[in-house]
Amino acid sequence: MSLRVWFPLGIILLWLLMALLGPLMALEPNQIELSKILLNHDSNALLGYDDLGRPLWDRLVMGAQTSFMVAIGVVTISLIVGTLIGAVSGYLGGWFDHLVTRIIDIFLAFPGILLAIAMAGILGPGVENVVIALAVVSWVGFARLSRAQVLSVKHREHVQAAIALGVSPVLIVLRHLLPLIMAPLIIEATFGVASVVIAEAGLSFLGLGVQAPDASWGSMIRDGTRYLLVAPHMILVPGIALMLVVLAANLLGDQLRDRLDVRLKNNR
Amino acid sequence: MVNFIASRLLSALVVVLGVSCIVFLFIHMIPGDPVEVMLGESARPADREALREALGLNLPVLQQLQHYYAGLIQLDLGHSLHSSRPVLDLLIERIPATVELALASLIVAVIIAFPLGTIAAVRQHTLWDQGAMGFALIGVSIPNFVMGPLLILLFSVTLAWLPVSGREGFASLLLPAMTLGSALAAVLSRMVRASLLEVLSEDYVRTARAKGLSEWRVVWGHGVRNALLPVVTLLGLQLGVLLGGAVITETIFSWPGIGQLTIEAIQRRDYPVLQACVLLISLVYVVVNTLTDLAYGWLDPRIRLGEG
Repeated sequence: MSLRVWFPLGIILLWLLMALLGPLMALEPNQIELSKILLNHDSNALLGYDDLGRPLWDRLVMGAQTSFMVAIGVVTISLIVGTLIGAVSGYLGGWFDHLVTRIIDIFLAFPGILLAIAMAGILGPGVENVVIALAVVSWVGFARLSRAQVLSVKHREHVQAAIALGVSPVLIVLRHLLPLIMAPLIIEATFGVASVVIAEAGLSFLGLGVQAPDASWGSMIRDGTRYLLVAPHMILVPGIALMLVVLAANLLGDQLRDRLDVRLKNNR
Repeated sequence: MVNFIASRLLSALVVVLGVSCIVFLFIHMIPGDPVEVMLGESARPADREALREALGLNLPVLQQLQHYYAGLIQLDLGHSLHSSRPVLDLLIERIPATVELALASLIVAVIIAFPLGTIAAVRQHTLWDQGAMGFALIGVSIPNFVMGPLLILLFSVTLAWLPVSGREGFASLLLPAMTLGSALAAVLSRMVRASLLEVLSEDYVRTARAKGLSEWRVVWGHGVRNALLPVVTLLGLQLGVLLGGAVITETIFSWPGIGQLTIEAIQRRDYPVLQACVLLISLVYVVVNTLTDLAYGWLDPRIRLGEG
């Protein structure tokens, strides 16, 4: 495997480790140390301290947990909900399909992040509300994709055979259609992780995400903008972390697409 | 063609009404009470009730929705809960700044993306291509709330060339436009590359080459000009990214546009203003998308016939 695979995999793995092992590490993300305010770095904290003298590394790990939790939560919910709605709608057709397509059109005809901002604003701050707001926006992509995929495979012979055998529609969708359309959905989910990580940080940056003293990379960047002149490391540390994770997820998505998408290969 | 236009306009109308309905219902389903925000927690119950009645908040939700739509038809968007000024005035005040920012960002994006995408396509599978596309990938991966502060750090703090924030003159426009434009440039340069690659494999490009035209004339005269069409139309679809990004970018640079108004409305729980901002942005988005659709249908009869 080449660097193109190892680099993103490594970054994602690191992010995962930070998120999962964070609680086990002896970290003190909320330890206020007034003598170390805005300090660039010292022997205890290589990444420096923030405006309250809290160690940035510890807060970075805490932020990794936030973004990981939100990303997994949102992508899982919208993958399941979106795929089921889309697949059932594509399979059944008729008025249900018309209704679902209309709803999808309405959601797609609108900048998702803005709806999420408005919704998070209305729901009020907090991680759960961020997950809700982002899931409400992100299920649509999965629904549209799975509907289109189901439409393209539902006339295959094995599905027709299952219908003729009297298999229930639920089983047909779950057992005969979903396995066929999983590959593009997984790719979409990988890109979904990238956009959810950005969106979560964006909401937190606007003050609509996690609440103090909890950390998110977005809220760390928000804190940092006020001390840009004296302590640029407050933005650089979470900013670079955020960029690397998003870059890695995007790269991974590209790689997966190249590997899994058979039609793409045949065309070239 | 008439049918096509009519069906597109109708579906645009449905979308705008749908979005406004979703936002309206959402706001009204949430427990928080705007009256409490306006009067404070220590207000007397009688006062609260009076204000609730004055605002029409005591009516059933569906009736409120009906009133809301009735107001919309007369361009009456209600009054701000914060400043009690008409919401329409607030919007009109803020629109020029956002339009200015959006146009400037578009220009920045085009200036960056066209050369980048063209080089990548012409020198496909070379270091040029990989470099340009790597650049685009990094551009996609840097959110604008990181890009903005980084640009401030470089141009305002280190070099001291440009103002940090506000809207005073051309210089103050540059950083927000670069922030918002760079994200778009990344997406756009990928589109330019893909579209140009497709065009360059066409027969007429081979003919042009066979005629002995210089490579420059083949690429510019036959390639880029024909690749432009799908790119420009696709650009319309990217407007949503621009508008969504404007909310964050305007916040970073204290740019007094619709995006900043949206965030202020959220912070102040000023629901009529928030609702109007969301409605306005969705309206602009849908109008542009519909125009894009129509342009596509006009340029390519296959779409018209396939859908009509």
